[in-house]
Amino acid sequence: MTMAAILPGLAVLALAVLCGRPLGHYIADVLEGKAASRSRFRLRLERVVYRVAGIDPERESGWKQYAIGVLLFSVVGALFVYVLQRLQVWLPLNPQSFANVTADSSFNTAISFVTNTNWQGYAGESTMSYLTQMLGLAVQNFVSAATGISVAVALIRGFARHTSKTIGNFWVDLTRTTLYVLLPLAGVMALLLVSQGVIQNFDAYREVTAIAPQADGSHVQTLAMGPVASQEAIKELGTNGGGFFNANSAHPYENPNTLTNFIEMFAILLIPIALTFTFGRMVGDARQGWAVLAGMAVLFVSLWLVAAHFEQQGNPVMAQLGADTSRTDAQPGGNMEGKEARFGIGASALFAAITTATSTGAVNSMHDSMTPLGGFVPMFLMQLGEVAFGGVGSGLYGMLIYALLGVFIAGLMIGRTPEYLGKKIEAFDMKMTSIAILATPAVVLIGTAVAVSAASGKVGVANPGAHGFSELLYAFSSAGNNNGSAFAGLSANTPFYNTALGIAMWLGRFWVLVPVLAIAGSLAAKKRTPVTAGTLPTHGPLFVVLLIGSVLLIGALTYVPALALGPIVEQVMMVGELP
Amino acid sequence: MVSQIRPVLVIFSFLAITTGIIYPFVVTGIARAAFADEAGGSLIVKDDKVIGSRLIGQNFTEPRYFWGRPSATGTSPYNPLASGGTNQGPLNPALAEAIKTRIDSLRAADPGNNAPVPVDLVTASASGLDPHISVAAADYQVARVARARGLPVDRVGELVAQHRDDRWLGLFGEPTVNVLELNLALEHVAVQVGE
Repeated sequence: MTMAAILPGLAVLALAVLCGRPLGHYIADVLEGKAASRSRFRLRLERVVYRVAGIDPERESGWKQYAIGVLLFSVVGALFVYVLQRLQVWLPLNPQSFANVTADSSFNTAISFVTNTNWQGYAGESTMSYLTQMLGLAVQNFVSAATGISVAVALIRGFARHTSKTIGNFWVDLTRTTLYVLLPLAGVMALLLVSQGVIQNFDAYREVTAIAPQADGSHVQTLAMGPVASQEAIKELGTNGGGFFNANSAHPYENPNTLTNFIEMFAILLIPIALTFTFGRMVGDARQGWAVLAGMAVLFVSLWLVAAHFEQQGNPVMAQLGADTSRTDAQPGGNMEGKEARFGIGASALFAAITTATSTGAVNSMHDSMTPLGGFVPMFLMQLGEVAFGGVGSGLYGMLIYALLGVFIAGLMIGRTPEYLGKKIEAFDMKMTSIAILATPAVVLIGTAVAVSAASGKVGVANPGAHGFSELLYAFSSAGNNNGSAFAGLSANTPFYNTALGIAMWLGRFWVLVPVLAIAGSLAAKKRTPVTAGTLPTHGPLFVVLLIGSVLLIGALTYVPALALGPIVEQVMMVGELP
Repeated sequence: MVSQIRPVLVIFSFLAITTGIIYPFVVTGIARAAFADEAGGSLIVKDDKVIGSRLIGQNFTEPRYFWGRPSATGTSPYNPLASGGTNQGPLNPALAEAIKTRIDSLRAADPGNNAPVPVDLVTASASGLDPHISVAAADYQVARVARARGLPVDRVGELVAQHRDDRWLGLFGEPTVNVLELNLALEHVAVQVGE
């Protein structure tokens, strides 16, 4: 592997850590109510909103109230996105007069965006009106991300507090995160993107007169338009990933050059990394945050390099047919099927790893056309529960759940009651941890099993052989872990997949999120136990290894049999193609 | 739960209006004022006619033009109303078949050129609208284009070199050539030579 493949990845990581630290501290300030008080305007605006809503911002709630708030807010959000799609033909900002979206597709998309998955069963440029995109989808890009951050912070409060009945006020956390964290970042990023060529307008689609005849014999090419940059910015920052266009971040109007690609990757990593610093700040020990971040980084870097290696090595079938797949100063070489010339191999493999290590699911290349082991990486990163940085909020709370499991296993080995950050981990906490950890594998594996058994599941598969199985496994891994990327050959815009994946996304989000809040409530109520010589330190290399070990243990035990039937068999077959 | 109905409705409406209406309109306003060209799609205007976008590839199949990446957009190649890739897996026989056909047609258009074909010229892009090809893919086509237009090979090679977009700092991005811009420059040269 060349420096040119590795350096951009290290650069984007380093920059995200560098900027993530102050941002993480700022997020802690915002959610502890310190930042709002710095501005009179903010304070007045917030007070008016809370008064109309009948909320006392000073009054916190227990975990059950908090969870009910999250669930109600998500249900209302889903209904709104659903209705907007079903009525769009009669609503404004629909210059192409797109028809109302079908019931099953609307259901799938509504759940998809509310759960921060952003699986795209539809093709944006031929389905969704501008109003649906901005008021339906982009709003959820903001608030589903803010919900994730709120829940993560509620869990942190569980660690940081003791003998407390409450874990925060969901409405206040949600409002402040959206207004003071996500909105300003998105505004700046959107304008940066526009300056580089990402479009931002409400124009009708534009017909241009091409210089050579197009495929239909005419000289007409019709360019899709829309308010793309504003949506693109929050799509990456909120680790959402639902593209304005079908081709997502591979589309030149979403991601026109090397710089925008770098900005987008940075934006995806920024908040998940920042939250580890929020964690360190709020529990009063920065080293705890660094330890979690280190565990995430090791998992991410090792898997990213695997993808980069195999994509650059390319597909022997292409070389045999007479294609030049070597990397030179004049061409990227490697496996260029489903990749853009401006990104080449390095930036495509890196983006694929970043988008699945987090719960983003935006793509700048088509994962379905990756080499077997290149495509294994995004799939496995999702199956690990998206904890190597992870989604905004969901990544941190997912990783902290694994931390609880890690100290529990260590506690069993040395025969002591497990503790984490001064909190004894007891039966109730471990029950909830088990539910949270086992929920997504259950959804993924049962979903895949149903799809390979049902006729209406098999009919959607595009590629023959082992790769076809990978398409199904990838789809349910993506939905169950709220990622949203796809092996997109799968024809998923059918009633079967829209329904099955919709259910998988809902369970994958809330079957984890509610137990996490329960743990937060349980931890907050506990007393703090003093540190003794027998306490396992949770900030050193030993703990980092323990953390990575628990993630890999669960991920490998759960998924290796399924992976063996997909990418691993395919790799063996591909090597067999060699002369 | 009933006590939560009012908060959920008010907070949702407030956040929806802020992030779903005010935010995109403010961004559009600033974008159109500061970056009108980019916000509108980086359009190329020639003789008062919009002839395309610098960022969106067009379909070129005649030997006298440089060809872009194979495109798998819906219904026909380079259709911006249905962006996307082939999604063919690495061992899909249809992928091998497609690559073989593309190599054959490149060779048929340029008999005698038996150099290996740069891989990006025979593999479909992710968006189907890729405006670029690699520098190698442009170099590969120089002889054919020069012959079809009756231009000296050196002159066409020079044009490619002028349109080469190199790696930033030698590390970030890939060396590419914008196919539409190259072909526009080519038409310009051809007109001059013709005169």
